[in-house]
Amino acid sequence: MNVVVCVKQIPDPAAPQSLDASYNLNRSGKLILDEADTYGVEMALQLVDKAGGGEVTVVSMGSASDLAGVRNALAMGAAKAIIVSDETLRGTDALGTAKVLAAAIRRVNPDLVLAATESSDGYTGTTPVQLAELLAMPSITFAKSVTVTGDTLAVARQTEAGYDEVTAPLPAVVTVTAGVVEPRYASFKGIMAAKSKPVEILSVADLGLTDQVGPAGARQQIVDVVTAEARQAGEKFVDDGDGATKIVAFLESIKVL
Amino acid sequence: MTLNTLWVVVEPANGSLTTTSLELLSHARTLASTVAAVTWGTGDHAAQAGEYGATTLYSVGDLGGALPGAPVAAAIAALVSAGAPDAILVPTSYDGRDIAARLSARLDRPVLTNVTGLVDEDGLVTEHPIFGGTQVARARFSAEGPGIVVVRAKSFGVESSGGAPATVVAAPVGELGALGAARITATHVEEREGPKLEEAPVVVSGGRGLGDAARYALVEEAARLLNGAAGASRAIVDAGWVPYSHQVGQTGKTVKPTVYIACGISGATQHMVGMKGSKNIVAINKDPDAPIFQIADLGIVGDVNTVLPSLIEALKSRAS
Repeated sequence: MNVVVCVKQIPDPAAPQSLDASYNLNRSGKLILDEADTYGVEMALQLVDKAGGGEVTVVSMGSASDLAGVRNALAMGAAKAIIVSDETLRGTDALGTAKVLAAAIRRVNPDLVLAATESSDGYTGTTPVQLAELLAMPSITFAKSVTVTGDTLAVARQTEAGYDEVTAPLPAVVTVTAGVVEPRYASFKGIMAAKSKPVEILSVADLGLTDQVGPAGARQQIVDVVTAEARQAGEKFVDDGDGATKIVAFLESIKVL
Repeated sequence: MTLNTLWVVVEPANGSLTTTSLELLSHARTLASTVAAVTWGTGDHAAQAGEYGATTLYSVGDLGGALPGAPVAAAIAALVSAGAPDAILVPTSYDGRDIAARLSARLDRPVLTNVTGLVDEDGLVTEHPIFGGTQVARARFSAEGPGIVVVRAKSFGVESSGGAPATVVAAPVGELGALGAARITATHVEEREGPKLEEAPVVVSGGRGLGDAARYALVEEAARLLNGAAGASRAIVDAGWVPYSHQVGQTGKTVKPTVYIACGISGATQHMVGMKGSKNIVAINKDPDAPIFQIADLGIVGDVNTVLPSLIEALKSRAS
């Protein structure tokens, strides 16, 4: 079974974030593999292992100047990577991203496409299902578990009240929640092997998508960015045994008790 | 009003439309002269859709066990080709996001998500909290509509218009092929005691500061004693301590209780977006510099594993 995992290299969420003059997220610093994507990579590796054959391909859109994050996915065990990297992609929206990923994924013809439910920098949360529509595939989002039997997929899908058991024929797109599997750490051997694994770098022209990406393709614009109404910090006490008493008094003052 | 028509996707659950659906209908009415709703399933929601402002209710009908995303989006796309609204509003939910994403690709129209405000400034302007809600990005569609807008829960109030039941119009799905082939074969409900997280007047939430999974019982007990609900940070949900349904934040639920008690939660931006609208915030954390203290009305710098047990004792002694 061949599985594609969509991954994204993002600015370290622990570092301060900012927008540039055209309101794009500043991505000039170090990029890392979105932690949310490590679950998809691990799931893919386990499914391919269980199927007894096939390989995992990671597909990503973004700058190819720093590929440490993608190399991390290869070090975990993915066989190869396809990166779509192009200056004209700056400012591309979720649908444009899905178009780019769809064009890249069609070259691989996978049985299954995995992605995180949303990226940890943009949080749009629509790209995988837009991708499924473009690829004319069924999709199951918010998977808590994924099993494949023959050419049928069975997923436990998170719901408001609990979870649903959902099935779909392959090929399909699945988004996995954090915690679906425990991502492995790359071994030293894996890290060394990743250095020589194939990384194909494609341009927008290679995919024939020139008009549909970048700010023009996005057909939406940020008008302005304003500072939100700040909440005032209240009183802060160091607990010296009376922390609970202070909380009770506070709850009384707001008539919760 | 520069907007003529807005469509609102209204989601059925347990025989009613969801609260977020009603919030969207209520707000849509203030922006556009005509509001129509789109729903699915076998329930009759014409009276409720009408009461909150829709004059027409497009009904996709029984989905035969299919996941709603693909068929509902296909039905809406077919309606759009017969006459498009200015924009389509969709609640942020598991199925809402699927519908919006499918529809966006099918119509080749952009989608804006995580919206918490919608105003008419010679066209629709959407508001998106960014960087943990410290800033708000305001956006608008820049090409021909309809744009698709996915709105977070509790962004607007629910207000009845006293309108008559909506006129129900069937919205057929058409042939979908493989892309509509995802089927629900079984539904599992995880029982929860006490009020729902999104509706509870008191929310007690736990984070990594608890130290280990077993101590989450302290959070649950404090919540129970306060007739509230127990929430969680993404960190401990990812770690598998508690189910995802407890998660408060960007990727979880939005809560606005009378009081939110954050126990051992540092206040990552991802968490703050989901709870900073709470009326009062109490935070217990060991780290005096934890970001959560910047928005807390009462901050206790201390070990949650000492403070929380004493709080539980104090609440118990009041109850007896």
